[in-house]
Amino acid sequence: MRIESLEQFGAAVAAAREARSAKGREVWVCCGTGCLANGSKAVADAFGAQIVSGGLATTLGLYHKSTGCHGFCERGPLVVIQPEGLLYTKVGVGDVPEVLEKTVGKGEVIPRLLYKDPATKQAIAKYDDIPFYKHQIRVSMRNIGRVDPANLDDALAHGAYAGLARALSGMTPDQVIAEIEASGLRGRGGAGFATARKWKSCRKAGGDRKFVLCNGDEGDPGAFKDRSIMEGDPHSVLEGMIIGAYAIGAHEGYLYVRDEYPLAVVNLQKALADARQRGLLGANILGSGFDFDLRISRGGGAFVCGESSALMRSIEGRTGEPRAKYVHASDKGLFDLPTNLNNVETWADVGAIIANGGAWFAGWGTKKSKGTKAFSLVGKVKNTGLIELPMGTTLRHIIYDIGGGILKDRPFKAVQTGGPSGGCLPADRLDLPVDYEILADNGSMMGSGGMIVMDDRTCMVDVAKYFLKFLSEESCGKCVPCREGLKQMLCIFEDLCTGRGKAGDIERSERLGRAMQLGSLCELGKSAANPVLSTLRYFRAEYESHIDLKACPAGMCRDLTAYEIVSEPCTGCHQCVKVCPTEAISGKARQKHVIDPAKCISCGACFDVCPEDCIRFIPKKEQEAAHAHADD
Amino acid sequence: MPTLTIDGRTVHADHGTFLLAACRKAGIEVPTLCEHPAVEPYGGCRLCVVDVTRPEWDGWSKMVVACLFPVEDGIVVHTRSERVMETRKVVLDLLLARCPETPLIRDLAAAHGIVATSFVTNPEPTDCILCGLCTRVCDTMGMSAISSVDRGAGREIAPPFRAPPPACVGCLACAEICPTGFIKFETGTRKRRIWDKDFDMLRCPRCGRSHITAAQADFFAGRGGVPRSYFEICDHCKRAELAATAMRLAGQPATPARQG
Repeated sequence: MRIESLEQFGAAVAAAREARSAKGREVWVCCGTGCLANGSKAVADAFGAQIVSGGLATTLGLYHKSTGCHGFCERGPLVVIQPEGLLYTKVGVGDVPEVLEKTVGKGEVIPRLLYKDPATKQAIAKYDDIPFYKHQIRVSMRNIGRVDPANLDDALAHGAYAGLARALSGMTPDQVIAEIEASGLRGRGGAGFATARKWKSCRKAGGDRKFVLCNGDEGDPGAFKDRSIMEGDPHSVLEGMIIGAYAIGAHEGYLYVRDEYPLAVVNLQKALADARQRGLLGANILGSGFDFDLRISRGGGAFVCGESSALMRSIEGRTGEPRAKYVHASDKGLFDLPTNLNNVETWADVGAIIANGGAWFAGWGTKKSKGTKAFSLVGKVKNTGLIELPMGTTLRHIIYDIGGGILKDRPFKAVQTGGPSGGCLPADRLDLPVDYEILADNGSMMGSGGMIVMDDRTCMVDVAKYFLKFLSEESCGKCVPCREGLKQMLCIFEDLCTGRGKAGDIERSERLGRAMQLGSLCELGKSAANPVLSTLRYFRAEYESHIDLKACPAGMCRDLTAYEIVSEPCTGCHQCVKVCPTEAISGKARQKHVIDPAKCISCGACFDVCPEDCIRFIPKKEQEAAHAHADD
Repeated sequence: MPTLTIDGRTVHADHGTFLLAACRKAGIEVPTLCEHPAVEPYGGCRLCVVDVTRPEWDGWSKMVVACLFPVEDGIVVHTRSERVMETRKVVLDLLLARCPETPLIRDLAAAHGIVATSFVTNPEPTDCILCGLCTRVCDTMGMSAISSVDRGAGREIAPPFRAPPPACVGCLACAEICPTGFIKFETGTRKRRIWDKDFDMLRCPRCGRSHITAAQADFFAGRGGVPRSYFEICDHCKRAELAATAMRLAGQPATPARQG
């Protein structure tokens, strides 16, 4: 039923809460993309069918719902039992009857399905006690994993659109902007521009046709926070955009979502249709007289379309290429009309800020970076997933307390923040509090909140090469420094990683990198050299080793690395033989094995699997010299 | 009228113009490769980078491209600062690696002190500098027959699906605006060939010269209601007729049309 007034909105929220509490018990099945890939759809369906067939819906008031991403993707499918707050991990269809019978029916915990803390090896039953969740403070992700993204009433019961209702209940657009200003909110897409200032300049721009846009073109390798928000709580994005449109004076908007996020598109479409039907979107929203509607524009998957001017060109139906931004989008943006673009996470923050007040949000964070920030924590860390924390949290806290430390307890080497345009920070920067300025001052950036943790078996030259390859494929090619510069930079790095590096390569990379920073057209090109420049800043010796010694200290550049088996303590366990893809390892059981250098492709599979740590890597040159000597 | 300082000279620029025009007005040469008065500025070659500052910016300056930066009153522009020259040099060095045999690039690089590229030379030398003039002029003419395809290092100029472009009318605007002669074409008395597409030529009914493709005459006659016969007469004969009319009105005897 359409909500015609603020009074009716209050009644609708009360009814939704009532309906939810009347049902009593809940089983939440995560149906984010990560868990879906692990088979959670079948688990959700099994719960649904067996709750009905077992009569549990009526006797226990039990119901199940599919939720968005809990962030703990590597343990999926995740199931939460409420109101106990039990978390079961890696739940299969076969586990469903047992969960219903024991946990739901008799209140028994099934130890096998509990999360085990890798640090203490202890099983932890409660969701909120798990270190990965315990330290988090979720604002933009406040309802993800809790609400059914396809159910507007469930969202209303969880507080969705409360901020919108407050904004439309007597707040002027200027008061809304003042509240955002008080929150200190800055753009979560990476650049960190003050949201209130952006809104103000667009509000001031002339003309009666303006746009608000949402940038859902998240494309950084390893980043998935925007996807999870759009998939798991689409109404939070809609709410923020409606509030922003009201503050700016816009009546039209677009959600630009990359086409590789099909579930986000489906869930947003459903949310738009539901919101329209209930009077939260469209003409005369909540009876306030304010009109605003939104459309989805699906991107074609070009990384550069996350750049604001390219994004606008793409929505216009033209080639997604950036253009000079000497005239701001707030004056001339989409279709040359005043336009305000914010990131998914920024929009998701807005509703909570208006509902709870700017001071509430500003209560977290550092002097210049307020509130909380979502990160995609990935790489060589024990707990990977999606997290949200107050600004100013140290990297050490994120990686060790939430991430649980480095996989296999190997030494930490670096953390890459900010996506391809970001930088790598070494161990002596672990105690840095994370905020916009501190990351930038240390040669990295906030970016979209990607955080890739690397251990000692990571070659920093190889990492820089990886990002260069990505960017050279994603550069639009419009301007010379980015197009030709990335191509040439990649040539240098391919040489470095294959033993063809030569004196002067470092200086050439630095010179080229600086010219790309200064001369490129858009931020993609301007920041494309960051992975190179930041790794050079902190790991220059590693570069020098690749050039001078033709050796990769991390043992990752295959052309520079050889493996050998040390006699002690090789027990002849044969595990290395089993994983070797080229049958290069031989040896009798319980006797020392040997690697045939002629067959070895230096993949390192044996190194990773050896239980006795008796395989070591050495520079290939050293091995070749030893063999040449032996042949003499 | 915005007043700015460029390399120490005071320049009065016209409202709504870009910095490049102001530089030229002041007699200051700024190199460009993708700029042309017939098309909208593009900002792709990055050679016209300049430093812009204001006295109140405390020594901070920003690098912008002159072809797209709108003139502002009171700005101070340096067209040859150290970092500007360095950036231009790297850009030319990169272009020389891409187009090692192209005279325009070799000359411009040499003028900046670069005789040989310090990067890896393109194993398949090309004359295309991807300045985008051809595609922009094609858009401006109204055909949009060619465009840039692919991205990054694989970017190139091509018709759709690399097949003879259906929208092309054989006007040669792309070939004529191309600064390096990369776009090839052949024109005979009866046929013209460009982008692997053949066109029939029309002869001027007055002087008999082949001067326009039938497709171009059809295209322009179809727009704006000007009769096709107007486009069939060649520019020389149209000018001669205009001159004759002007002379007649001025009471002078007409001179015969120059054949060329």
